[in-house]
Amino acid sequence: MLGNGEHVRPAYQDYKDWLDGEDVKRLHRKSAEAEAFFRKTGITFNVYGQDEADERLIPFDVVPRVLSAREWRKLSKGIEQRVRAINAFLYDIYHRQEILRAGRVPIELIANNAAFLPQMIGVNPPGGIYTHIIGTDIVRTGDEEFYVLEDNARTPSGVSYMLENRETMLQMFPELFAKIKVQEVSNYPGQLRRSLAACAPQKCEGKPVVAVLTPGIHNSAYFEHSFLADQMGVELVEGHDLKIVDGRVAMRTTEGYTAIDVLYRRIDDDYLDPLNFEPHSMLGVPGIFDVYRSGGITIANAPGTGISDDKALYSYMPDIVEFYTGEKPLLENVPTWRCSEKDELAYVLEHLEELVVKEVHGSGGYGMLVGPAASKKEVAAFRAKLIDNASNYIAQPTLALSTVPIFTKKGLSPRHVDLRPFVLVSPDGIRITPGGLTRVAMTKGSLVVNSSQGGGTKDTWVLEE
Amino acid sequence: MLGKTAASLFWMSRYLERVENSARFIDAGFRISLTRSASASDEWSSVLKSSGVIDAYRKKHDDFASAKVIDFLLRDRDNASSVMAVMKNARDSARTARTALTREVWEATNESWMTLKAAMAKPVKEQDLPETLGLIRQQSALVRGATLGTMLRNDGFNFLRLGSFVERADSTARILDVKYYLLLPSVALIGSSVDNVQWETILRSVSAHRSFRLLNGTDISAQAVADYLILHKQMPRSLSFCYAKISDNLNYLDENYGRKSRSGELAHEICNDILSRPIEAIFESGLHEYISDFIAANNRLAAQIEMDFNFQDRIG
Repeated sequence: MLGNGEHVRPAYQDYKDWLDGEDVKRLHRKSAEAEAFFRKTGITFNVYGQDEADERLIPFDVVPRVLSAREWRKLSKGIEQRVRAINAFLYDIYHRQEILRAGRVPIELIANNAAFLPQMIGVNPPGGIYTHIIGTDIVRTGDEEFYVLEDNARTPSGVSYMLENRETMLQMFPELFAKIKVQEVSNYPGQLRRSLAACAPQKCEGKPVVAVLTPGIHNSAYFEHSFLADQMGVELVEGHDLKIVDGRVAMRTTEGYTAIDVLYRRIDDDYLDPLNFEPHSMLGVPGIFDVYRSGGITIANAPGTGISDDKALYSYMPDIVEFYTGEKPLLENVPTWRCSEKDELAYVLEHLEELVVKEVHGSGGYGMLVGPAASKKEVAAFRAKLIDNASNYIAQPTLALSTVPIFTKKGLSPRHVDLRPFVLVSPDGIRITPGGLTRVAMTKGSLVVNSSQGGGTKDTWVLEE
Repeated sequence: MLGKTAASLFWMSRYLERVENSARFIDAGFRISLTRSASASDEWSSVLKSSGVIDAYRKKHDDFASAKVIDFLLRDRDNASSVMAVMKNARDSARTARTALTREVWEATNESWMTLKAAMAKPVKEQDLPETLGLIRQQSALVRGATLGTMLRNDGFNFLRLGSFVERADSTARILDVKYYLLLPSVALIGSSVDNVQWETILRSVSAHRSFRLLNGTDISAQAVADYLILHKQMPRSLSFCYAKISDNLNYLDENYGRKSRSGELAHEICNDILSRPIEAIFESGLHEYISDFIAANNRLAAQIEMDFNFQDRIG
């Protein structure tokens, strides 16, 4: 909320004026109400391997994170550029592989990468879109400095929290929205449905039938899957509801089988099709990939998009953006040391206490080292792991992440945040919902915002012009 | 609508109905154990029988002490049919069918689960039992109210209703199955006040003791009780009532889907055959056999519904 020095950032001025007039007790009460509301609505995530506490709430903070229209314009331009580049990269990498021929990305990085799907070579996804839905993770380090942390081009989650957080704020503080003009996020589900329908496959007849594919009620993001299906007004299916009928993927209804045109899948590539990928998967649909290749169904996101947000490739993103757009990247990439390279590994080992070291294929904040926050013992243990399997890791400096106040028992207190705006790609263009999911590290000084590690969320406001 | 969604709606309301019926059974059993301690064991044993968990109970306990039975029926993890286990199943089914429910119905179900989980986190003391049982009935009423008040009258609604009435018919029939001997003429001849209490317990298990008296005054006879529970058209837990509703719901689905289903025919057969015999004829040919036939027919109908509406994938 505060910029450098102690002045209030202009975007926060109106909010701060309102806050100054608020009774702290009322805010505490509202905070508790919000929690009860989330529980009642079932906005929970499941934690694996814990019996009693098997459903947890993601902590919600009542203080919004505010961005000005100008800040948002800059950000969204940068994101759009990056998303365009990612789709162009995916097309290229599964076709002529010009970028490898040009030597801008080393061939081994693709050839030996589990996220690269050879089955996708030469496949043309309907509408020419690979990543229909992207959630770009952004951090801010200064007034005009935004870094992209991750591109999340597989099945990014969290959009339901963006929507429910806003809904909750509207219910709790209606007067605030009358005073401050905040850009809408509520049309996201409608836009998602339209942009999915716009990519209907060749064999689609009439109005495209869209469905959401979930691993089921025990999946950690099940709430989001059912929320999105509900909000889009489409069926929520599991693998066992589907089978291949007459060359189409069809869902079992009370009246027989109905063909699906566009499947928004929320399961990983590996589990999609036991005949073509992981043979033991019970979650997917045997043969769906063959239907996909014959133009019988659109899978969103397309299989194989994981190669574009792979952490091993991350450090090449500036080259990738430039190669396909012919422009300089508008958003910064975090400087990255590739531990697969000898010199860089040596540097990383020497500076472990200062760096964040991540697994190339990890996600959710698991298996990473945050040097400055780790004990000597933890650093030593990690060092051994790193030496053992260096190419499995990358390292980044700890950024001076911006903070946003949260409302604690003792009043406002700064916490580090990141931001995940949600991007929809369709043949008609790229749309970014103004706002996104702000994740916040609930522990003072912590840089880990992942919900699996106790991170919370906030409503994210982009002000009207 | 997905076959799986129809199945989840059907089972969600079966489970909710079962939770509510369990609360009634426990209430009736508890009352006997308080007022007539000599027959408490018999009573608890028949409650466990009506709930279909007597074998599981015997594996764990040697006697029918009230506290043990109550804990087993309400919350024992070794009892897959405990109120808490069934409530969890109901909520899981609701979560699976979330997109077919209104926000109100989902929230009522979710809140019921949270409320009951908190109320039964620890063993329920005998002095708190009436309150806990009241809470269970109240939560069921909330879900039912939300269902009737907010659901679109479409196929989903009809699957919900089918689940309720199939389960309810089964439940009422099970009570009759376990207690039929109390209603036999030989016992009725005795006509002592003891039997009146037993009959009242049966009526209480289906929350019908007051309505029965309203309709019959003090004229209580075994045949009248049986008639009320089996054939009465206005009594919402009678077999006849349940089947009138089941027929309506299946008719709706047939009309909605533009076809004739086998389950619709089967429900019609059950109404016209089993449920249109006069009570004298039922007693004449044997109450127990009659009830057994009905339970079997009701199970057949449930299986037919499952088949007709593609609840599961069938090989081939």
